[in-house]
Amino acid sequence: MKQLMLGNEAVARGLYEAGCSFVSSYPGTPSTEITECAAKYQEIYAEWAPNEKVAVEAAFGASLAGKRSFCGMKHVGLNVAADPLFTISYTGVNAGMIIAVADDAGMHSSQNEQDSRNYAKAAKLPMLEPSDSAEGIAFAKLAYEISEQFDTPVLLKMCTRVAHSQSIVEPSERVEPAQKTYEKNPPKYIMMPGFAKKRHPVVEARLKALADFAETAPCNRWEKGTDRKLGIITSSTSYQYVREVCCEDVSVLKLGMIWPLPDKLLKSFAASVDRVVVVEELDGFVEDYCKTLGLTVEGKNLFSNIDELSQNKVAAGLGLSVPQGSALDEAIPPRPPVMCAGCPHRGMYYTLKKLKLNVIGDIGCYTLGAVAPLNAIDSVICMGASVSGIHGFNKANSGKTDGNTVAVIGDSTFMHSGMTGLVNIAYNDSNSTVIILDNSITGMTGHQQNPTTGFNLKGDPAAKVDLEALCHALGIHRVRVVDPYDLEQCESVIKEELAAPEASVIISRRPCALLKYVKHKAPLHVDTEKCKSCKACMKIGCPAISFVDGKAKVDTTLCTGCGVCRQLCKSDALQEG
Amino acid sequence: MKTKNIMIVGVGGQGSLLASKLLGRLLLTRGYDVKVSEVHGMSQRGGSVVTYVRYGDRVCSPVIDTGEADFIVSFELLEAARWTQFLRPDGTIVTNTQQVNPMPVITGAAEYPAQLVEKMKAAGYHIDAFDALSLAEEAGSSKAVNLVLMGRLSKYFDFTPEEWQEAIAQSVPPKFLELNQKAFALGAKM
Repeated sequence: MKQLMLGNEAVARGLYEAGCSFVSSYPGTPSTEITECAAKYQEIYAEWAPNEKVAVEAAFGASLAGKRSFCGMKHVGLNVAADPLFTISYTGVNAGMIIAVADDAGMHSSQNEQDSRNYAKAAKLPMLEPSDSAEGIAFAKLAYEISEQFDTPVLLKMCTRVAHSQSIVEPSERVEPAQKTYEKNPPKYIMMPGFAKKRHPVVEARLKALADFAETAPCNRWEKGTDRKLGIITSSTSYQYVREVCCEDVSVLKLGMIWPLPDKLLKSFAASVDRVVVVEELDGFVEDYCKTLGLTVEGKNLFSNIDELSQNKVAAGLGLSVPQGSALDEAIPPRPPVMCAGCPHRGMYYTLKKLKLNVIGDIGCYTLGAVAPLNAIDSVICMGASVSGIHGFNKANSGKTDGNTVAVIGDSTFMHSGMTGLVNIAYNDSNSTVIILDNSITGMTGHQQNPTTGFNLKGDPAAKVDLEALCHALGIHRVRVVDPYDLEQCESVIKEELAAPEASVIISRRPCALLKYVKHKAPLHVDTEKCKSCKACMKIGCPAISFVDGKAKVDTTLCTGCGVCRQLCKSDALQEG
Repeated sequence: MKTKNIMIVGVGGQGSLLASKLLGRLLLTRGYDVKVSEVHGMSQRGGSVVTYVRYGDRVCSPVIDTGEADFIVSFELLEAARWTQFLRPDGTIVTNTQQVNPMPVITGAAEYPAQLVEKMKAAGYHIDAFDALSLAEEAGSSKAVNLVLMGRLSKYFDFTPEEWQEAIAQSVPPKFLELNQKAFALGAKM
């Protein structure tokens, strides 16, 4: 039966139908829902791993054991998983294995705009690229076939617009494959130099065989038009933009397999038209390849390698008419994302700003501590970089910044890749202060469990990492726990730990205010008689507090009664109940 | 049929995903090709959010670009103004008149523009503005603004009340069905 399905959900459906039985992933927008949806199928074992490297390795282990496996992540997650990626390319698989990577052109929820297609080329792995939900299902199934036929992990490349768009699909039934027998095979699975040297030629031969496959694979589709003047090579969501603006007369080579590319097909397509334009987001990946074949093609001279494309951008690049809307002639203030009312991070950031500290930040909801009015973060790079970064910062300053610099990192991010940085602080002895913002959930990606929460992906009780004991075990002697709703406590503990002559960890512990089990207090209200209009309560950037007619006003639909603002009010104008 | 475009805009957390889910189901039952594009992740944290709903004989792009929207349905007045450039010259803005201050306004770095409805009318936009929040509260919950807006939007379409009711029943949890039906009816009656 026809139904609307999110691209990510469709990939999960494809995994299910193809008989996938093992999923290990780390959440990351825009990839998260693939794994969340896969977890809903009883036939699929699904888990959140602590990071993408662990997830890929676990999925490889399942493949080795003979079960079809899957691992999903966002583009930057593949950087973390790149180490196993490049070597499982050499070993190949036993049962089929898919690694989905979701790019975020336009950086809707990411720290960079890298183009993951380059990984397929660098790791010499096949990559499929669906352009809608129906292809999400079809390509997941095709990926398992390719994986087993060519003895290779297969990359499935998503992008925000395919991952987070619903389109029509027709699901079918699951076909349960028999578990493949695991046979010991050291030359294939032990990648030490003697064996690996013999595997590299296998990889190169496989790539050639895959390129031959790509020449006639139905996922690479030549949509022949009558107009010989223009031909377009495209894939993914760019294909949809091209089809939106070009009539059926225009020939389109729609690539479903983006690596390896089919030389003969590209050449014969190029020969069939007067002018070839490659329409692709971010890098000129296909364009550059065509040029190595000696083909005359256009692409990045017409379309930017920055930001995502759209139908109007494609139309403009092709010299077609572009619909012009008219914007209201008015200064519209921006509406950036903010920390929610009641967010436990707010009290901590207020304190860090008040103490005028250097704050080495990290990836999560708490990155929002960087925006006005808190403006409390100095740098944000990638998962785990705060804990490693503060060590280098303090070492380079020969101890001069020990007393005025902290690192902040969330509980899930600390599990992901903060722990190793903390080991470095202890082992190489910097007097650094790390604050773990423990809100007991992976927040920004939409509330996923992690090893510190006590629950697994399926919602069942699970082993819970004891953060205090872990930090002690890694070599940190000073471990303190504070409640970020208690500003006085936060300030005194931070001052003490910054002054202490050795490394410390401060665990700022309070669950995310959006968690269903968190009970909110009654919203506060403002006694306008008492309010002296000093705006002290406005310093914390709470979306529930605004100024109306010269007095503070609390939006009772948003306020969770956390009481952080109340601690800033010297005239007792913010009152409970 | 030429592809029709509906944008649903608002502030992250206001419930625009439910509205797009409902519209998607409704349009699918009529046999249209449908695409719905959502926003997840960082923007959901109180930022400006937009969801695209497109339908027709064959829908290709999942997003709506400038000058293309037949309807902009807005949960918040400033957001209606923000996306005006996406409206077709003959398009319609259906908006809640509720104002939610963005952080730059809260901190005093910017001002919430005054008299936006009047300004949009004067600029020639066809705008249908009303207090959806009060109607939602009348229905029983301020969170039902999405169904009030869908009720209002229903006046511009030829779907039968039964078709809308079925799509609502498919889209909301059973225990909130009555509340949502009431909110829809209040919006449709306006």
